Amino acid sequence: MHSILKTSLAALVAAGVTASSAAADAHALSGELNIISDMSNPAPRAVMEGLAADFGEMHPELEVNLTIVDREAWKTQIRNALGANPPDVVNWYAANRMRPYVDAGLFADISDLWAEPEFEALASTKGAMTLDGAQWGVPYTYYQWGVYYRKDIFEQYGLEEPSNWEEEVANCQTLLDNGVKCYTIGTKFLWTAGGWFDYINSRTNGYDFHIALARGEIEWTDDRVRQTFANWRQLIDMGAFIDDHQTYSWQEALPFMVNGEAAAYLMGNFAVAAMRDGGLDDSKLDFYQFPVINADVDFAEDAPTDTFHIASGAQNMDAAKEFLRFVTSAEVQTEINSGSGLGQLPVNANASIDDDKFLAQGFEMLSSNAGGGIMQFFDRDFDAEMASVGMEGLQEFMVFPDNLDDILMRLEETRQRIYN
Amino acid sequence: MSVSPAVPSTHASQPNRGWYKRNEIAITPWLFLLPAMIFFAVYVIVPIGQSFWISFHEWDGLGEKAWVGTANYERLLGIGDQNMDRKFTVSFWNNLKWLVLYLLAIPAGLFIALFLNQTVTGIRFYKSMFFFPFVISQVVVGLVFSWFYLPREGLLNAVLAIFGAGPVNILGDPTLATYGIIAAGLWPQTAYCMILYLTGLNAVDPEQVEAARLDGAKGHKMLWYVILPQLKPATFIAFVVTIIGALRSFDLISVMTNGGPFGSTRVLSFYMFEESLSEFGFRMGYGAAIAVVLFFLMLGFITYFLYSMYRDEKGAH
Repeated sequence: MHSILKTSLAALVAAGVTASSAAADAHALSGELNIISDMSNPAPRAVMEGLAADFGEMHPELEVNLTIVDREAWKTQIRNALGANPPDVVNWYAANRMRPYVDAGLFADISDLWAEPEFEALASTKGAMTLDGAQWGVPYTYYQWGVYYRKDIFEQYGLEEPSNWEEEVANCQTLLDNGVKCYTIGTKFLWTAGGWFDYINSRTNGYDFHIALARGEIEWTDDRVRQTFANWRQLIDMGAFIDDHQTYSWQEALPFMVNGEAAAYLMGNFAVAAMRDGGLDDSKLDFYQFPVINADVDFAEDAPTDTFHIASGAQNMDAAKEFLRFVTSAEVQTEINSGSGLGQLPVNANASIDDDKFLAQGFEMLSSNAGGGIMQFFDRDFDAEMASVGMEGLQEFMVFPDNLDDILMRLEETRQRIYN
Repeated sequence: MSVSPAVPSTHASQPNRGWYKRNEIAITPWLFLLPAMIFFAVYVIVPIGQSFWISFHEWDGLGEKAWVGTANYERLLGIGDQNMDRKFTVSFWNNLKWLVLYLLAIPAGLFIALFLNQTVTGIRFYKSMFFFPFVISQVVVGLVFSWFYLPREGLLNAVLAIFGAGPVNILGDPTLATYGIIAAGLWPQTAYCMILYLTGLNAVDPEQVEAARLDGAKGHKMLWYVILPQLKPATFIAFVVTIIGALRSFDLISVMTNGGPFGSTRVLSFYMFEESLSEFGFRMGYGAAIAVVLFFLMLGFITYFLYSMYRDEKGAH
């Protein structure tokens, strides 16, 4: 698959290079370009290696050095990597996750790049890349979140995709009556619970409220926050979630759905590949948007964006910027986000979306049915410390909902310390 | 290794004895100690000082440090009008649980050592089997035990089911999880203590045993009054390594529960890591303050051991 991707990328590069980056050819890039990437899973790794190889072929004078770091390890290694002798280009995440590196002056301000006309095609993600009025990186992929469910199980019990909370709860009751759990989830690494909070809170109180909470402008003990937890608790008290979810990672929670012990999974689109590997083909697996809870608020969706950044200490700024132009160009975006590559959504509006059931539905949902706004995800929208304390509280709530008062008090204490 | 060259004497009448030669006896020991002292200073003493220094700052590990005085300690210990940091309290009590329960490795190791201290065919093989858990990495031990404890597929619940006991999710239950991890830690630690005692038993004086037997000692009296006193050096080492092992329990927690569920299995070293170095940890100052507290805890224990060692040696003379 790797070689197919590479050759096809090379082909489109050969075709597209003269048109899209004629400017670059005028003054040939030379020297070295050092890239550190966290795309360590098999498919993303092949994509990244293809990108580096093709970029190197486009610029024969330039030596492209690619280092791939384990994705989890990179989350802690990035600060050492950016410190002394930094690479030129690195991977990271959008929104508040950029904050420490922006504040410390380790990411280069690339607002000039965003001012170029080609970048208008990326306008939808500009907000997520903006901090303090400047842009600090470019996105290369994003993906929708939503409820992935077992179509065959829904058909067996005569259920429809729910469009509001009452239907959601009624569906769940039917499933439970038949001995099937409604949702699988693995909260050992906490963040999965953040997805549930993002959705229930934004559906209950709206996008603006959710983001204000993320900015620390609203107290955790606020009644509107309590309403979110009350809605969530409805499901918990029914026994909608699988037992012992605090012991599983998100991957370990997948077999429950594959074996038919649970009917649905609130997840990002990256889980589809694993579900298909587990034997769920498109006749058994389907997707619906998280249902309406409060009819007065518009849909807001989680759609985390993965990004490339230039280190402020980059040695080869020209080549680094050219690489960012390259990965965000429509052709490359189409190619790397296709089903044989990342299998996610392209960030360039002129790119075409792969013919995949879930990508098509996700793109449709995000472009026409997410009027409230796009959330980056709990751990990217909230301050780092607030996110870690918060997600721990969410996990505790899912296991011991009676501890809610204590949890909220703790979160509020943390909020006051961080934001005051 | 090069030494200072002999300084030419200014007095022609004096015998040609350089400065080094004259002070050789005083200086040589220090020269031998020097490399160790440099390394100890650079890798131990200086970092301790730096930790103290950082603990008085608020610092994200990237930008500028800001001096906050003792604010980190006040928050940690709940001085003034704030509550004591609950994560700190939980971690502290978990550390104590580790300290106390980890000591079970000593009697368990002694028991196995006594059991294996016999000459039958293949005893070397049995000994190495018992020693095996100490050889494999802590990470592997953690993984094996977390599979063992799995709520549905785990071996533990399969065994419990035979006796009709209900399924338990040890690592998912905040009241049990720490004990579950300690049990996993005891497995390799017992093997370690066993090896220490096996070596100790080799050094037991057979004449004393013979003499005791003539005096009619046997069974637990023989063990308590004759064997154990001779094993005292081994017990001492076992004690030290077990205490230190309990205080640095980090990898098992990281692998088995990642500090969860909801932070109930944190210990101080894990909390320190979480605050300063983990994915969401950008609070170097606060992490350093935890490190300082842990440092004093360890210092207390080590001082006690050094003192008792000193006392024993003085008593022996």
